[in-house]
Amino acid sequence: MDLAAAVLEGDRLALARSLSQVENGTAQGKSVLSQLFPHTGNAHLVGITGTSGTGKSSLVNQLARHCRRSAQQGVARSIAIVAVDPTSPFTGGAILGDRIRMRDLAGDSGVFIRSMASRGSLGGLASTTAAVVQVLDAAGYELILIETVGAGQSEIDIARLAHTTVVVEAPGLGDDIQAIKAGILEIADILVVNKADLPGVENTERALRGSLNLSHPTPRRVMHHGKLEVVEPQPELPADSSQVWSPPILRTVALDGTGVPDLAKAIADHRSYLESSGSWQQRERWRLEAELEQLLQNTLMDGLQSRLPAGAYKQAVEDLLQRRLSPYQAVEMLVDGAG
Amino acid sequence: MGEQKIRVLIAKPGLDGHDRGAKVVARALRDAGMEVIYTGLRQTPEMIAEAALQEDVDAIGLSILSGAHMALVPRVFELLKANGQEHVKVFLGGIVPDEDVPQLLKMGVIGIYGPGTLSDSYIDDIRKAVHTAHV
Repeated sequence: MDLAAAVLEGDRLALARSLSQVENGTAQGKSVLSQLFPHTGNAHLVGITGTSGTGKSSLVNQLARHCRRSAQQGVARSIAIVAVDPTSPFTGGAILGDRIRMRDLAGDSGVFIRSMASRGSLGGLASTTAAVVQVLDAAGYELILIETVGAGQSEIDIARLAHTTVVVEAPGLGDDIQAIKAGILEIADILVVNKADLPGVENTERALRGSLNLSHPTPRRVMHHGKLEVVEPQPELPADSSQVWSPPILRTVALDGTGVPDLAKAIADHRSYLESSGSWQQRERWRLEAELEQLLQNTLMDGLQSRLPAGAYKQAVEDLLQRRLSPYQAVEMLVDGAG
Repeated sequence: MGEQKIRVLIAKPGLDGHDRGAKVVARALRDAGMEVIYTGLRQTPEMIAEAALQEDVDAIGLSILSGAHMALVPRVFELLKANGQEHVKVFLGGIVPDEDVPQLLKMGVIGIYGPGTLSDSYIDDIRKAVHTAHV
């Protein structure tokens, strides 16, 4: 039986091997992906991101445990976890340590955990994470939790991949200026303040709430010269305010599971919202478009490199170093030379 | 794209908490360009085999200081076989008495690296073993 068929049959070894082929970008991996693609599009993809050390892995562990426990009462579902950790820029090696926090999930055949190294990508995911997720989707996992590299301010690829993005913060990491900067907070569908048993949790929560109120246009009542006025939000909002998703801010303690049921509920609510508002289709479109764009870039780049005369690239770098060419001129030369 | 990285699972079966050796090996393999899945302390053979399957690893390093290697190692091999992963190479670190070494090697362990081993020796051994398995 071929690999793709075995994956559809639920063969876990075939699944694991397919993931490696896809991750390594082999011809077999591409063929498996093409065969599996028609079977994708059913899973709820949930991204978990945030700074390193905020407790993402522990939270994923608790979340998966909770969902599996409610699964026995007939609610949810088989779960796949994709955990990305950084590749060393110097040696190409990586330590993938997210499984350490997920030992509670061992022995549950309804959970499949796969660690990935970022392999040089800078957006918080590996370049093949989207493809790996597709294979798991086709294999029938209904909920896929994608944990990013410990992400700072601009590792926001996850928002393009996931239907629902959970941003995890912890007390004591920054003041309210950090919260109004652009980047990772803007992509949150759900905000979690983990380690909520630590001091300072109110401050973190207040800063996040303040930031959200600025960015999410909802009608607000303000006192203006002694008169209560309602400030309407910016135009282009649906008249029905239930059609606007306002990210909830939740407190959790991943070590003992406090707040995790609420997080699971918020994730389910977000899914219902996406479906009822028509945003699910919209996000699917963005997601596939982003993937197509990335693949196209990679393919064009590979194609360019294979068509370049030997040594042309090295020569261009040399010309830059000697200031004989500007970077723009070098690009022009390389593109023309390859054509 | 098209990279073929060696993936190694480092696991510590048994109940003792001495994981320094495992961490040193994990770091050395990382610095040798491998992808190391580190699973932490107190793993059962079942957990190790399950992780090896999901992660599709090429090799497993077991750090054992408890003296239970003659029970744990055969069990890991048995589970790997049951999962269709006979190709996975297994190596050991920790404290293994000399008289057990021949039997462990006979079971299929590719190397046993006690305290004082230079990291180059196991890095080379893993590379060679995994490479011959791929061909």
